[in-house]
Amino acid sequence: MSILEVRDLTVTFPGGIQAVRGVSYDVAQGEVLGIVGESGSGKSVTSLAIMGLLPQNAVVSGSVKLHGQELLGMDEGELTRVRGKAISMIFQDPLSAFTPVYTIGDQIAEAVRVHQKVGKDKAAKRAVELLDLVGIPHPDVRAKAFPHEFSGGMRQRAMIAMAIANDPDLLICDEPTTALDVTIQAQVLEVLKTAQAETGAGIVMITHDLGVIAGMADRVLVMYAGRPVEQGVVDDIYYRPRMPYTMGLLASIPRVDGEQDTLVPIEGNPPSPAALPPGCPFAPRCPMHIDACDDEEPPLTQIGGGRYVACIRSREIEHKGMTGADVFPVPVIPPSDVARVPREERETVLELDNLVRHYPLMKGAVFKRRVGTVHAVDGITFDIAEGETLALVGESGCGKTTTLQQIMQLTPPQSGRVVVLGKDSSKLDKAARKALRGDLQIVFQDPMAALDPRMPVGDIIAEPLRAHGRKNVPQRVAELLTLVGLAPEHAERYPQQFSGGQRQRIGIARALALEPKLIVLDEPVSALDVSIQAGVINLLEELKNRLGLSYLFVAHDLAVVRHLADRVAVMYLGRIAEIGAVENVYDRPAHPYTQALLSAIPLPDPEMERSRKRILLEGDLPSPADPPSGCRFRTRCPKFARLSEAEKRRCVDEEPSVARLARAKDHGAACHYAEEIEVITASEHQEEQ
Amino acid sequence: MGKFLLRRLATNLILVALAASLAYMLAATTMNPRGAYEGRQPPVAEEVIDATLDAYNLNDKTPVFERYLTWAGGVVTGDFGKTWNGGSVNEEMGRRIMVSLRLLLIGTLLGFALGVAVGAYSAVRQYRFSDRAIGVSSFVVMAVPVFLLATLLAIATYNLNRGLGFTLIEYTGEYNPRLSGWDQFLNRLNHLILPTISLTLGSIAFYSRIQRNMMLDVLNQDFVRTAMAKGLRRRTALFKHALRTALIPSATYFAFAFGTMLTGAIFTEKIFSWHGMGAWLVDAINQNDVNSVAAVSLFTAVCVLFAAFLSDLLVASLDPRVRVS
Repeated sequence: MSILEVRDLTVTFPGGIQAVRGVSYDVAQGEVLGIVGESGSGKSVTSLAIMGLLPQNAVVSGSVKLHGQELLGMDEGELTRVRGKAISMIFQDPLSAFTPVYTIGDQIAEAVRVHQKVGKDKAAKRAVELLDLVGIPHPDVRAKAFPHEFSGGMRQRAMIAMAIANDPDLLICDEPTTALDVTIQAQVLEVLKTAQAETGAGIVMITHDLGVIAGMADRVLVMYAGRPVEQGVVDDIYYRPRMPYTMGLLASIPRVDGEQDTLVPIEGNPPSPAALPPGCPFAPRCPMHIDACDDEEPPLTQIGGGRYVACIRSREIEHKGMTGADVFPVPVIPPSDVARVPREERETVLELDNLVRHYPLMKGAVFKRRVGTVHAVDGITFDIAEGETLALVGESGCGKTTTLQQIMQLTPPQSGRVVVLGKDSSKLDKAARKALRGDLQIVFQDPMAALDPRMPVGDIIAEPLRAHGRKNVPQRVAELLTLVGLAPEHAERYPQQFSGGQRQRIGIARALALEPKLIVLDEPVSALDVSIQAGVINLLEELKNRLGLSYLFVAHDLAVVRHLADRVAVMYLGRIAEIGAVENVYDRPAHPYTQALLSAIPLPDPEMERSRKRILLEGDLPSPADPPSGCRFRTRCPKFARLSEAEKRRCVDEEPSVARLARAKDHGAACHYAEEIEVITASEHQEEQ
Repeated sequence: MGKFLLRRLATNLILVALAASLAYMLAATTMNPRGAYEGRQPPVAEEVIDATLDAYNLNDKTPVFERYLTWAGGVVTGDFGKTWNGGSVNEEMGRRIMVSLRLLLIGTLLGFALGVAVGAYSAVRQYRFSDRAIGVSSFVVMAVPVFLLATLLAIATYNLNRGLGFTLIEYTGEYNPRLSGWDQFLNRLNHLILPTISLTLGSIAFYSRIQRNMMLDVLNQDFVRTAMAKGLRRRTALFKHALRTALIPSATYFAFAFGTMLTGAIFTEKIFSWHGMGAWLVDAINQNDVNSVAAVSLFTAVCVLFAAFLSDLLVASLDPRVRVS
């Protein structure tokens, strides 16, 4: 018996923008339906339409039935009895989802009191119980705290507590973990599973992360351009996709376990909902496109028990047993010449030696006084050889960005050394510093914010050339645009005329303008959709090989890192926890933090996700203003908990430094009791391949 | 938190002292109370004038700083000195202060409350007819100077009363001294109508613009949606979650708006023949009455800084983020 029945749901915004065009699905009791799609695919609008929370100018048609009762067109009074009682919603951004002026406890109690006739004390007590259920420590004290006093992960837990306050039949989770770090994401997903077990609710899980869906969902609905294009049981969708879009999506995600050689990007961009192409909306990007695709939009048709596909060639795909790699052209990336030379014989392009960056913590409005020190970066050491990519990974607040800034500033550090291309940053004069900047460039995370919206793209790319007095600027701009896969005539256009992926390419072209030796990549793909992300990753890899570049790559997505990097340094609270060649660190992580980090990453593989045992970390990152004594990770370390008292002493008193592990050539960990273990096992499917 | 407010209070006291001293200096150096005695017929002997001015601490032959010290010493003990003709500033102030405060207090509170309400309403109805109408009229009101607005109101009321044949709304004075008891109270209220309208319209327009922007910022925030997803009605969610949060920035404008209100009060009192502090300031300047000008300035400074202190209190009580850190 389904709780929710959605039939032919359509949402149109003023201006004829059809955000959702005919979505139908059912959710049964205790079932998790995953809705996957890229930004603009209409997945969030669908859920808001079900809740009746769309702006008043949106036109909604179709049918949404909860327990057989029609929700569309219901008057507000009846709808408020359903919202928060029968259906609850968990939003993406826990930072803005709570009203800043009320305590967390009050806001949860409010949700209780809206639907249940209980007194204030009882509702407050219930709020504390709920906070306890979602794993907030000291719930009675924390209930009196305001939202800004909670960390991101805690807020999302509180959000879940609020959503299950009235024992709902259906939970809609809209990107519930997108804004969180991986270890926190793993915690929150566990809480969601607890919440489901507690309430027996059906869950609609909306996300763009195919890994999260693989572990949570029973059935999956794939959306593209406002329409469902494929629907089925989770294993079918992941192992036997029948629609080229789904196939492409699965082939384009980098995998943390993977030995994929090259990611397969989907060319082009999703269509604008205001200007849909005739026929199948995916046709312009589809490698299996035939003329018949443009005639009419294929309906979502059933091709087996509970399996729906909207593609006229789905039978053929099924018959031939095709996968994404068969359908989509696999790009060929030229191998690197530099990589053949052993690492020791290559030039070192960047060397950090015990780099320290502390920020004073000030208090007082008129007379500022120092009350403490934020240990943002506390002595890190690594080097990058020519033609190599070193990835710096870690959760937010671990000091990645500070390290980048310290390198890019080319000024003397507080302590330690930064050596770029053999030149010590503390010994540079103004002219030498400017000359060196040409060899050291950066690509930023947010391609929207990194480009001046009032400057034509040609000028943006020409700016570094002009600043360094280079000649033949227009010719060089045309060359650079071609190099990053754009056309020379694009130079006349403005950034807003490009999509996110294209903008990131413009940012890369600008960074390449002065033919640098080292490029710093600050989360270059994290703001992009998966299908676009693959293309940019491939471009970066190709450029590195062709131009002999070195990258310092900062990321929180360990799957992308595995794909792009040669070596990886894992940071925790301003220190390096583990460093080494990618295969060593990923296959045999030795530091308990790396192990937890790797085990927290969801894999886009339902079977593996089901059988995996996670190492869950407790709590949040401690404040860098007051790091724990000795080993900084010990307060959350799962290994520390298992040590004997005598062994623990050492962790508390003595701060470990990175020590090379005996067995490997390029692998070191900063743990007194480092022990290599395998966290990510290869799946059967992979072994078959 | 308490420490923060105490510190604010202390700085405000220093500011009041500074503002009042500067105002006294300005008045004492530029005004010429001697002129009022010199031009008399029959002429008054210079020694007599000097003696009189000395008695009132107004003699320009005494160095300014000395006069200032005498004045300041008096103010600290609660004596604001003498008017140009020997009257007590304290007595005059005592008569007038309540007249002004009544007008200002009602004006401020009404202006704030109505302005916030109008602004919030206008934000909720964004781009509808009512929003546009409110927007246009706010800008018209803000563009019209208070003295013009007050005069127009007075003329309109005069014509209205004449057309009706009896006095519906009073347009001059503070009350009718011939009435007593309940009737006099009603009469006072009637006299309050026009000055209050002319004073508050400006601040309603001002607050409504600010509040509309603040409200629009908040309306699209996730927490309003969360509140509705909980099962609250739209109206409750808007009132309890959106407006409550959007009030915080408006409260900081409280002090500024009070300053403009004071300037408005000067004209309003003059035009509607109220004998308040504002009208007194105009008269005192005309009469070269140094000590009265200084007293009114002090009163103004106290009012503005009290409003600033109030807005600090208001922000602190509205925003837990200020309270906690």
